Amino acid sequence: MNLHDLIGIIDGTLITKSAGLDREIKGGFGADLMSDVLASIQPEAVLLTGLCNPQVVRTAQMADVSAIVLVRGKQPPIETISLANQESVPLISTPYGMFEVCGRLHDAGLASLEQPISGECDCG
Amino acid sequence: MDQLHNIQSRAITDQEAQNITRLEELAYELRVNEVMTADLKALSPETPMVDALELFRSAKISGAPVISNGKLVGIISLEDLIRYLTNGGANSTVENFMSRNLITVRSTEPVVEALKLFVDTRHGRLPVMNEEGHPIGILTKGDITMGLLKALQRDYQIEELRTYRASHLFEDIVSDRTSLILRYTIKQGDFTQGGTASSRIKRALLRLGANPLIARRCGIATYEAEMNLIIHTEHGGIIRVEIEPHQITIEAYDDGPGIQDIDQAMRPGYSTASEEIRELGFGAGMGLVNISRCVDNMKLESTWGKGTRLRMKLFLQKPEGTPADKEIKA
Repeated sequence: MNLHDLIGIIDGTLITKSAGLDREIKGGFGADLMSDVLASIQPEAVLLTGLCNPQVVRTAQMADVSAIVLVRGKQPPIETISLANQESVPLISTPYGMFEVCGRLHDAGLASLEQPISGECDCG
Repeated sequence: MDQLHNIQSRAITDQEAQNITRLEELAYELRVNEVMTADLKALSPETPMVDALELFRSAKISGAPVISNGKLVGIISLEDLIRYLTNGGANSTVENFMSRNLITVRSTEPVVEALKLFVDTRHGRLPVMNEEGHPIGILTKGDITMGLLKALQRDYQIEELRTYRASHLFEDIVSDRTSLILRYTIKQGDFTQGGTASSRIKRALLRLGANPLIARRCGIATYEAEMNLIIHTEHGGIIRVEIEPHQITIEAYDDGPGIQDIDQAMRPGYSTASEEIRELGFGAGMGLVNISRCVDNMKLESTWGKGTRLRMKLFLQKPEGTPADKEIKA
């Protein structure tokens, strides 16, 4: 699945001007906690989130996220959009909720790129 | 290019506005004088058509402006030459066959304006005028295509060159131990800028030729540390990154308030962050846990009332005796 296909499946709207919609997505990941994203997302995933602040873009950039999908029709503030444009991270808005978006994409064959982390402390 | 033309030929819909590519951006950024042919092959109205024919053949052109006393008075195209060859007299001059319907473009206009003219007028070439209204060049669709391609290549080469220069830094400079130190001042409470330092560090590592997975681990660890400085300190702090060929050492330090119970702070899910911070997607008590998962070595020291110093190391070449299974995958 590429970004173009994904936009069709979730009736999405591309908010950023960034190109590269034929880029292949390896899988999906849904979360509102950026630390959870940083902890367990694998590279080249699409990030589904309800969070709209610029930190979403920074998180995406650090974790090599292919695109960000903002659920529930959220419109991000201008700082988020300009940062996304500057860092070439595509931002997509969809009218559907998180559960619906996950379901649609999973049905369409998109894999989960959420790496389980053990609940216990594995820190050194 | 076809897509570009179509978009310019009518009002842009929202759907199309979303699909603006780098190429289209360039059509707005590049000026006509950056892509035009400045070596002007011009004719004068009195030139015999035989000479015009010879010029077209020898210079391999398909059109030329007609200039009289520094002013543009017409344009001659291949079609005009064909008309001359079919029914022109031996004494015909350029004046008899040139087209006087002049559509010109100003040299300082963006290329996209010229593209609109090509679509609207179906002309094959446009004379380019300077601010004083004198012809200084000629522009064809081919010139625009070449100009856009060159600009795209330039974009690409600039980043290539930066990466090349940076990645040879350690080879070009000889010392017993070379290191590159990057320092960033992080302001307390500055959420909008949060992640800027980490983003720059990650980019620097990639330019230095670091493995993308190492750059990613480093970026994630530094980002968490940067957010901690923004969220939990009184006056912000410093991030210092030392890059050496065999390792990356990152230090994040501040002057307070410090961590009261380090063991508790290291426990997944433990957080002292406010509700406001949680709404930003942070403060889930995973920051230090994430850091420890991303780096090969981590040391956290803190004195309540004095400050905190977090030291992280990533090994680029495994030091002797490090068990392979200790490597933490990000």
